[in-house]
Amino acid sequence: MGLAKIKQALAELAVTETIEVSKTVPAPPAAEGEEQGKPVEVKEMIEQNMLFTPEYAKKGYHLDVKVTAENVARSAKILLDHEFFLESITGVDWIKENQIEIVYDFNHWHTLCRVVIRTRTDRANPEVPTISEIYSGANWHERETHDFFGVTFTGHPDLSPLLLPEDADYHPLLKDFKA
Amino acid sequence: MSADVIDKSLETFVLNLGPQHPATHGVLRVKLTMDGEYIVHAEPVLGYIHRMHEKMGENRTWAQFMPNTGRLDYLAALSYNHGYAMAAERAEGIEVPERAEYIRCITVELNRIASHLLWFGAFVLDLGGFTPLLYAFDDREQILDLLESVTGARLTFCYFRFGGVYNDIDDNFITGTREFIKRLRSRMPMYHDLVTNNIILIKRLKGIGPISQEMCRRYGATGPVLRGSGVNFDVRKHEPYSVYPEFDFDIPVYTDCDSMARYMVRMDEMEQSMRIIEQGLDKLPEGPVMAAKAPKILKPAKGDYYCAVEAARGSFGIRLVSDGTNTPYRLKLRSPTFSNLSLFAEACQGMLLPDALALMGTLDLVIPEIDR
Repeated sequence: MGLAKIKQALAELAVTETIEVSKTVPAPPAAEGEEQGKPVEVKEMIEQNMLFTPEYAKKGYHLDVKVTAENVARSAKILLDHEFFLESITGVDWIKENQIEIVYDFNHWHTLCRVVIRTRTDRANPEVPTISEIYSGANWHERETHDFFGVTFTGHPDLSPLLLPEDADYHPLLKDFKA
Repeated sequence: MSADVIDKSLETFVLNLGPQHPATHGVLRVKLTMDGEYIVHAEPVLGYIHRMHEKMGENRTWAQFMPNTGRLDYLAALSYNHGYAMAAERAEGIEVPERAEYIRCITVELNRIASHLLWFGAFVLDLGGFTPLLYAFDDREQILDLLESVTGARLTFCYFRFGGVYNDIDDNFITGTREFIKRLRSRMPMYHDLVTNNIILIKRLKGIGPISQEMCRRYGATGPVLRGSGVNFDVRKHEPYSVYPEFDFDIPVYTDCDSMARYMVRMDEMEQSMRIIEQGLDKLPEGPVMAAKAPKILKPAKGDYYCAVEAARGSFGIRLVSDGTNTPYRLKLRSPTFSNLSLFAEACQGMLLPDALALMGTLDLVIPEIDR
């Protein structure tokens, strides 16, 4: 099991996004008697597959894959087939962008390869399909994420509060939560 | 414990284990559906000591969160200090002086022994043997005294700083630690004679509470639970951090997948930790214990960072999200026992109640760390 293999397996699930990239183009050579012009900054839209191999020493993980919510379960299945185990599931509230990000951390027993799967969902109605049928341990992690962020994991057997009181109707890790 | 018959035709009843029960070591409640002495279904109920550390992290500066990490797993808090300090250092790009790294490893391993000793005593107590607890606490007390002399605390440590440690170790600590290792080495054969080779213990643990590798993978179990199932996975070797690559030590692995295997892993780990400490003391370099250029106020670059350490109970991970300000944007604590306990419901199905309690004991639960 190498990084290249899992990268290839996940490549088609990764989201394709258009990203604005700016590059600097050197100024055209100056004519005689004129001053040399400044380099010109050019903005360009390029299509990019949201699958990165970040620098491990800086980030602490090897592969970063952004997928759509529908593809989360397929990614998890691929990772289980490659004998990865689930470290954790958590959320991040991006209130300014009106989105909630769900982050799945995977690791491998025998190869040093940490994989991060992430997906974003609408903040007003956060919904992601469950992976608890693939990774049994995801059951509790998803319940916890539902407690803290109010994310509904569709198909989850029981999303009742795990760490919060049984009658809790609030989601404390949302950025606009006030105690 | 209280029992109610819920369905006479099935003759099953619900049995409440905890939240105040000696075998759950803290405030864990398990709702058991029993058929006589056999468990039909188990459902752990968590959250009795939930404090929302992750939200606290978003409301204080990076440095102010350090004391919180001492209050997760209060039996091996230094590993959690270590994980958090390393995560923040990775995000900020701080280099730690070598002497500080050695001190970190020595103190963390001492803490690991203390944690395993407490587990040993309490676990045998769960099984009904009272005496070993007193011996184990006697030894553990020596470690707590040693750690108190350098860290200023006995349980809820806040010893590590971003870029080093808060206090240098002195000659008293070094000689005290060497004496302690000598003492514990002489005590281990007694523990094995008294407990490990005791026929009652063997009958209670051997072949009881199987946890397969496949189950460990599905639930994300780590630490001694996983190594008792024959998987050689230890973050210290797998993803070497700090100065662990400098030390010569083994990872105890047992392939029987039963409660006895998990017991043996922890007993052997104490010897390996002693080896690390000895080598650390031998090689301890001179120099500062704090990075000279460590910033007082952290403002890590935007982005997310992951960092894991091998705590006494398994792989403890921290996921940080920074938005470039002096407080974390998001701070996720991945606690090992949370994943380890999640497999209990499946593992204990069809088991006798006393065997399930032995299985739960080998998971080495610390509830504040599960509930966070």
